[in-house]
Amino acid sequence: MNSNQIQGMGLGMLSRFAQSSWPDRFGIRKPFERLLYSGSKAGFQLAGVAARQFSKGSSLDKTQRLPSAPKGLFDLSLTEEQQMMRETLQRFARDVLRPAAHQSDHDAVFPDSIRTQSLELGLNFYAVPEALGGMAAEQSVVTNMLAAEDLGYGDFSLAASILAPMGVANALTRWGSKVQQEVYLPAFASETPPQACIAVMEAEPLFNPFLLSTTALHTGNEYVISGEKSLVIHGATAELLLVAALLDGKPAVFIVRGGSEGLSFREEQGMGLKAAQTVTMHLDNVIGEKLGEDDFDYTTFLDLSALAWCALALGTSQSVLDYVIPYCNERVAFGEPISHRQSVAFIIADMAIELESMRMMVWRAAALAEAGKPFHREAYLARLLCAEKTMKIGTDGVQLLGGHGFTKEHPVERWYRDLRAVGVMHGGLHL
Amino acid sequence: MNLETPKKFQMLVDQAQQVALNFLRPISRKYDKAEHSYPKELDMLASLLDGMNDGAPESAGASTAGKRGAQANEGIRNGSNMSTALGIIEMCYGDTGLLLSMPRQGLGNSAIAAVANDEQLERFMGKWAAMAITEPGTGSDSANIRTSATRDGDDFILNGEKIYVTSGERADCVVVWATLDRNLGRAAIKSFVVEKGTPGMTVTRLEHKLGIKASDTAAINFTDCRVPVANLLGNPEIDVGKGFAGVMETFDNTRPLVAAMAVGCAKASLERTKELLKDYLDPNYSTLPLNASNVVATVTRMEAEWEAARLLTLKAAWMADNKQPNSKEASIAKAKAGRVGNEITLKCVELCASVGYGEDELLEKWARDSKILDIFEGTQQIQQLIIARRLLGKSSSELK
Repeated sequence: MNSNQIQGMGLGMLSRFAQSSWPDRFGIRKPFERLLYSGSKAGFQLAGVAARQFSKGSSLDKTQRLPSAPKGLFDLSLTEEQQMMRETLQRFARDVLRPAAHQSDHDAVFPDSIRTQSLELGLNFYAVPEALGGMAAEQSVVTNMLAAEDLGYGDFSLAASILAPMGVANALTRWGSKVQQEVYLPAFASETPPQACIAVMEAEPLFNPFLLSTTALHTGNEYVISGEKSLVIHGATAELLLVAALLDGKPAVFIVRGGSEGLSFREEQGMGLKAAQTVTMHLDNVIGEKLGEDDFDYTTFLDLSALAWCALALGTSQSVLDYVIPYCNERVAFGEPISHRQSVAFIIADMAIELESMRMMVWRAAALAEAGKPFHREAYLARLLCAEKTMKIGTDGVQLLGGHGFTKEHPVERWYRDLRAVGVMHGGLHL
Repeated sequence: MNLETPKKFQMLVDQAQQVALNFLRPISRKYDKAEHSYPKELDMLASLLDGMNDGAPESAGASTAGKRGAQANEGIRNGSNMSTALGIIEMCYGDTGLLLSMPRQGLGNSAIAAVANDEQLERFMGKWAAMAITEPGTGSDSANIRTSATRDGDDFILNGEKIYVTSGERADCVVVWATLDRNLGRAAIKSFVVEKGTPGMTVTRLEHKLGIKASDTAAINFTDCRVPVANLLGNPEIDVGKGFAGVMETFDNTRPLVAAMAVGCAKASLERTKELLKDYLDPNYSTLPLNASNVVATVTRMEAEWEAARLLTLKAAWMADNKQPNSKEASIAKAKAGRVGNEITLKCVELCASVGYGEDELLEKWARDSKILDIFEGTQQIQQLIIARRLLGKSSSELK
């Protein structure tokens, strides 16, 4: 099926098509059949889903940039709205995401039911300015960060799946030109926001997001992009993509519509992030638009992405800590709970110390970003610290459960695999 | 949400930094070499600080830290716990040993401020108070202290030996932990203010130490030392149910301050190392850790750890200012800052090679000074125990 054929179909139908095909493929197959399937799928395929028709829906007087609220005192307290949102998201994480996490990881699928239920939260509306039908009145980096932390508590990959489209909307709100905002943002302030993601990574050891192999050429009114992107979250079904590429030797980000000619995907599963259905995306002379205008800053773009991953790490690290506490209190060895041993108890204490360290670093960077102040140094240090500490928490989580932790009977091995992504990922999300 | 230093304390931070650089640093090495001699220069500085404290209700200082936030419900506060922590960070950026020797800024002053009644506050105002907890056979196991206090009319009679009393010889008085009844365990431990010159109290020895040499560390003997009943701090009753809470409350207030010391000491090492290595570093944080040189990766990693320790310290102080229970957070701050401060100061010596190891620079001194900050007011391991017990819901008899 090529993109032209799909373009005329209604969104609802498309959505149903995309939603039903994955469980059909994965849910009922025996493991060896699945292996065969994966093998046959190794070659690049055209997009399974075509682009939604994005067209100018609303008219703006000017480009939308959300204002920052002034701040004075050192203050770790949350607003009432933030507390209410957290309660809702924490319940969602506990009741919806966590119970679905194991199977989603096993199937390497983001279940339709989870996507549908997550849309009911209406998070997408908070990524779009009021003038374009959304509910965002001012910068809400902190609120977005808290949301990621709470969703990450439910499941790392499911949270990443839910947040990936929001990241594109946040990026368009922060960086998009007037016309880009008019064309792309209204769709995000709807009951059926587009599937979207940010593609920065490339398959390169020691990957450096400032030295990209993917390039863009400016020809006439268009930019033509070629290259290959790695670990693209839900890339195969994305209706809108933000792709990082070098333009005249400098990194820039381009808006690419799903189903564009020259786009192809190959399944690329990782150690974790399974439910995020990561793919390698090949771009062969794909036409795109350059994101933003003069105020676009690639470093800040990457920093807001890094902070999103760090926020997920906070939530997932907290879930490791909350899991090992009752386990070590109940697990008896040598006649008493293993938590009575300092060698066990101190690991748990260190988990709490480093988790709180991570949290302070991430909160600080997000608060600075929200206040419209420079935050590159703080985001850099937060990512550095989180990458190390969250993996330590992840590996200690497995260690404390011993052999049990190594099996799929417990979630710690999944957290271990997922948390390795924090030090790896660039792009993908955006607060 | 905002985790930046509040504007209203910026002047205090700047002033403390000026004191650190222009007053403490120039005499740092002198008193590192001249252990046990009193840094007389501090008298003038202490008077200046007293003046500043008297002039401002939310000023920094050991005697103001520990006061819980204002009674009135007036929203979020940044009060004396935070200003004190900020002030201490800058002073220890100057010299930790000298800060610890600062007249009238002893840990005993914090204890008095935290638990004294109004009459006692009045009576001990302006006095320099040291803190005496540790005994030869009782380090971290402070519930097991042997120094006894026996009621005799209007007095308590103290008997026992205390060691590692910071400023024990120089201070005007010492806050002494003693037990009313060893059989009743922690609940019977009370603190007493013993004024210098009280018959029966003798400084028997001054320690020779690895670091913080400017600060005197005394061993004090109490033999039939009579202390008025009115000098007992806090509740005189033995409340077995409440246990250790009374005396331990002090620690919730002083641990963030020791964390602040570790943050300040490490800041000195980190900043000096960055100056010395400036040709090799990446001041704009433009190279990601994965692509950075070893020296850049090492320094940025230390910086991240340091920032985390600093923020945890401010968090614990902020909670105290806002009347939130902060026992776990105080221990988290102390544990993190203690170990990170030590790691940073030692790594800086290593990075700077013979320049770091030699006495021409202060890096080797800071590496020696930092070690005590992971030990006193509860070692790293004691903090881990406290945190773990809280998280796991375990008593001290279960998680020993």
